[in-house]
Amino acid sequence: MSTLILTPNIPNGDDFYEKLLNAHEGLSKEQSDALNARLILVLSNHIGDIDILEQALDAAKTAGQAA
Amino acid sequence: MNKIFETPLYPYYQSVDQTASAPGHHSVVVIGAGPVGLGMAIDLAQHGIDVVVLDDNDKVSFGSRAICFAKRTLEIADRLGFGDKLVDKGVQWNLGKVFFDERKVYEFNLLAEDGHARPAFINLQQYYFEQYLVERVQEINSETPKIDVRGKNRVSAIKDHGAYSALTVTTPDGEYTIHADWVIACDGAGSPTRSMMGLDFVGRVFEDNFLIADVTMEADFPTERWFWFDPPFNRGQSALLHKQPDGVWRIDLQLGWDVDKEAEKQPDRVIPRLKAMLGDDVKFELEWVSIYTFQCRRMEKFRHGNVIFAGDSAHQVSPFGARGANSGLQDVDNLSWKLAHVIKGLAPDTLLNSYDDERIHGADENIMNSTRSTDFITPKSDISRVFRNAVLDLSEHHDFARPLVNSGRLSVPCNYVGHSLTGEDAVAGGPARSQPGMPCPDAPLEDGYLLSKLGGGFTLMTLNTDAPSPQEIEGIEIAHLEMRATSDTNKTLGERFLGTAERAIYLIRPDQHIVARWSEYDAASVQMAVATALGKTQ
Repeated sequence: MSTLILTPNIPNGDDFYEKLLNAHEGLSKEQSDALNARLILVLSNHIGDIDILEQALDAAKTAGQAA
Repeated sequence: MNKIFETPLYPYYQSVDQTASAPGHHSVVVIGAGPVGLGMAIDLAQHGIDVVVLDDNDKVSFGSRAICFAKRTLEIADRLGFGDKLVDKGVQWNLGKVFFDERKVYEFNLLAEDGHARPAFINLQQYYFEQYLVERVQEINSETPKIDVRGKNRVSAIKDHGAYSALTVTTPDGEYTIHADWVIACDGAGSPTRSMMGLDFVGRVFEDNFLIADVTMEADFPTERWFWFDPPFNRGQSALLHKQPDGVWRIDLQLGWDVDKEAEKQPDRVIPRLKAMLGDDVKFELEWVSIYTFQCRRMEKFRHGNVIFAGDSAHQVSPFGARGANSGLQDVDNLSWKLAHVIKGLAPDTLLNSYDDERIHGADENIMNSTRSTDFITPKSDISRVFRNAVLDLSEHHDFARPLVNSGRLSVPCNYVGHSLTGEDAVAGGPARSQPGMPCPDAPLEDGYLLSKLGGGFTLMTLNTDAPSPQEIEGIEIAHLEMRATSDTNKTLGERFLGTAERAIYLIRPDQHIVARWSEYDAASVQMAVATALGKTQ
């Protein structure tokens, strides 16, 4: 089974983070939600591996829970 | 209005049971003369079993209702002897278009695989399906009377006496009682039999209303399936346009939950909705209007002693994906041969438990698929709608998103891989699609198609090898179908049944599901597989 990468993997994280915020610049809450949803779908398809996707769903869920 | 709705197809008559001094005794009584009940009666009759069919009505179902019949249903109808009529009358379609808001986001072709006698789907009004079933009943009875269809015979009470059930039947001439060794309840989603027996029927209710309008129109819409998400003419809801025979179009409009159903059915409400959809210039006439809500649910068990439930009485799905009537016919396909073998003493009573096992599996698959479609078509939360719309927006530009669009996953036959009646898979390199448990794939032959050669019983098919023929195993006549497949002859047959193997032997059930396969004939292995398929090894 493939393993989800949970260590730093984007060469320049600050650049990426800025691009992510810029993509939402000037959008309404509704438009931003729609953009996020499209982005998740595009990235999920690129990954394409259900094991990785399940681990990613899990990692995202767990991190949002109160300690 | 089509006069088929007015004419009694199986008019009331007074049967001998009504004047007999003691209750008449029957082997099998089927309750309900819809597609499932009549299909069951025909299948049992073809296995040599006499059947009484009781229905509280005497006509075909009102309105078009089920309109989409899948390839597997057509193959079952072929076995039951009325497949040609369905396909001759039905409309075939391949192209589907998906619209979102004001845009067509993409279109798809069903691209059915070549080399099958029957198409992936036909559209046909349910009343034609029922009419052809009744005609087939008459055809069978004209040779030997086997099926006694009694219209206006309503079962008003059912009592379990262990070895048999006593049915109280209400007719225009009053009540009578009959006894039946077996009762098959095919009396629909609202099954009175299920209620009288106090049985459960639990599942998920979908809070939505859909308007069905069948219209006749002189329009040049092509023979395609068009599906709209959130169109301007039905904001926030969905819509479907689908062609039926006789210039009739099925229009399906989602209405939402808080509507006045009676008011929405009136022409003064329906006609403006349709004009908004079709345009002001299109001339149309309403043939049938109905409003439906739906649930996805099933009984916990389909078999209750000697009373067995089939079709909508046992399981109910949303209409998306054409899984109602189509799964009901697969119930018929599965139950008839088993019941016939039990009645003839060729299989133990426990064989019928495999009907529960296999068809509950089928029902769960259908409920899962139709629930998923429903959740896509009618999102139940804000975030569900956000993702649904994101998929639709992406589908306009990128191929990857199109398989995620779910306006109904069209019914494909259920398989029983890994279930109790399935035997060994001993063909190295044999294709997955014909592994034990799968419905036998059709294949073109030099003369006709494979499925038409299978007959109604067990078949041992040999490919590029031989077996004793014919033979009796476990008291059952096993037909032998000897086939050759090479790169020149019956190539497709080879692709679908040999894969990379040079030869193979298949044991096939009466319902055309594959029991087991081998690369060498071995009498003991074949006998074991026949015993397994008859439920003798559990």
